[in-house]
Amino acid sequence: MGAADPGVSRVSTDAARDLADAIRPRPAEPPAVPATSGRLLAIDRVSLEYRTRERVVRAAHDVSFDVYGADRFVLLGPSGCGKSTLLKAVAGFVPPVSGTIWLDGEPVRGPGTDRIVVFQEFDQLPPWKTVLQNVAFPLRVAKQLGRREAHDLALHTLHKVGLAPFAHAYPHTLSGGMKQRVAIARALAMQPRVLLMDEPFAALDALTRRRMQEELLRLWDDVRFTLLFVTHSIDEALVVGNRILLLSPHPGRVRAELNSHQHSHESVGGDAFRDRVADIHRLLFDTAEVAQ
Amino acid sequence: MTTPVPLTPPVRAEYERPLEPVGDLAVDAPLPFAKRLASQSWPRRVLIALVLIAVWEALARAMNNDLMLPTFGATLAAFVQGLVSGELLQRTAVSMSVLVRGYLLGVACAFVLTSLAVSTRIGRDLLSMLTAMFNPLPSIALLPLALLWFGLGTGSLLFVLVHAVLWPLALNTYSGFRAVPATLRMTGRNYGLTGLRHVVLILVPAALPAILAGLRVGWAFAWRTLIAAELVFGASSGNGGLGWYIFQNRNELYTDRVFAGLAAVIAIGLLVEQLVFDTLERVTVRRWGVQS
Repeated sequence: MGAADPGVSRVSTDAARDLADAIRPRPAEPPAVPATSGRLLAIDRVSLEYRTRERVVRAAHDVSFDVYGADRFVLLGPSGCGKSTLLKAVAGFVPPVSGTIWLDGEPVRGPGTDRIVVFQEFDQLPPWKTVLQNVAFPLRVAKQLGRREAHDLALHTLHKVGLAPFAHAYPHTLSGGMKQRVAIARALAMQPRVLLMDEPFAALDALTRRRMQEELLRLWDDVRFTLLFVTHSIDEALVVGNRILLLSPHPGRVRAELNSHQHSHESVGGDAFRDRVADIHRLLFDTAEVAQ
Repeated sequence: MTTPVPLTPPVRAEYERPLEPVGDLAVDAPLPFAKRLASQSWPRRVLIALVLIAVWEALARAMNNDLMLPTFGATLAAFVQGLVSGELLQRTAVSMSVLVRGYLLGVACAFVLTSLAVSTRIGRDLLSMLTAMFNPLPSIALLPLALLWFGLGTGSLLFVLVHAVLWPLALNTYSGFRAVPATLRMTGRNYGLTGLRHVVLILVPAALPAILAGLRVGWAFAWRTLIAAELVFGASSGNGGLGWYIFQNRNELYTDRVFAGLAAVIAIGLLVEQLVFDTLERVTVRRWGVQS
């Protein structure tokens, strides 16, 4: 792999690079390298703060990473490491206090329809719209599609996530997993440059979560969208992602960037997977001890 | 004394069994008629109304003084006579036309004020100052001032009506806007909705339960204010409303007509509550599952 993947060489500190090198399995160079995508999203030395009534809290400090086309890029870290704030910054909801977020070579200056967010909370679906209207709504107001076009595209996308039979149901009649599927369909229908997901499966039960992860991967196989995915579950990061950015506890700093394309649901529980989980665990929580 | 022996559960045999079809068992059956009737509230309400009428009739007969308390029968007769002669209907129409105009004006003012309040900080302070000052002020207390400014006529009535509707509705709407989940707001901004479009397409439907509650309160305030105002300054150009009808008949000691006028006030209030607001709730917030 190594040289074939231009992102591998980017690690924040020497210590982290040494660690990452030490833990990274070095498989034989693949015989033929297929065409690779270019850099799509660049987070360049970004620091983020959020404000409460009394104080200013630094959520992320001097974070840099690159996301390439069709990446399933995971931000992984303990709670309070600023990964959600980072995602919101990419979405344009939180302006960085320093550094720049580049999308297709253009700086991000606010929310836009080229970056659609799927949130964890179920109330991201307007309850006054049916499933179909929920998916068609952004197509109408943001993409200015006609009623007919939006309806057809929405229905087509709902077919993809298997929710076409529930097109005319209201969100409150759906289960949690189905609501998240509507949110994913709504985001996919918009065909964003980057799909942003903020712990989308964290509020689901374990069985549903696993099924949703499988479905997301199947959709990715189908559509090849670019995904930026926030989670605090190491297992989920390894299964969903092809590349993982490890963030340190508060304030979030880059700890390591790892590959995980070799892992899937099938490899869960295998030796390689277990070792990887242990490595990540050590990387995340060593820092916690140093910080204390 | 015996020493308690630590118990362990026995290891039992495992088993698997094929699922049998449930057969004739109805998984989803309609409720029988009597139970459906019992779950409706209107039979109980009708019963309460009948009991109240019976108490009234008994009291009136016991007092036997038509000038102080006419019987239900006499009131009903006066009511029917008022309807047949057209006077009651005509008075009601006059009141309603003023009421609807004042109400709509008040709703429009409330919308402007709360839209300002959610989009700017100065608007928010303005709204909270104004509601704190004017909400406790009874509309009727403004009537002398209104008469001075707008003279004897519809202008004064509209002024006090707007005052009656505006503050409770603005207060309810604003608190409804503020209770809209942050995720839903971000979803709207994600689609590039800003300013008035964000208010109309996201905030208003999301806050509809609170807005409807405000509309109900505003309606009740407006109705009672109008009747009171008509009682105070009566008819303008010989064209009085229901309040004037009540006042005039009291002067002429037609107590049964006074009661008929009051009954009309109550009936219209009930009718609007049941037909307009309950219907609005049923087709919106209850259907969406945001209010039971």
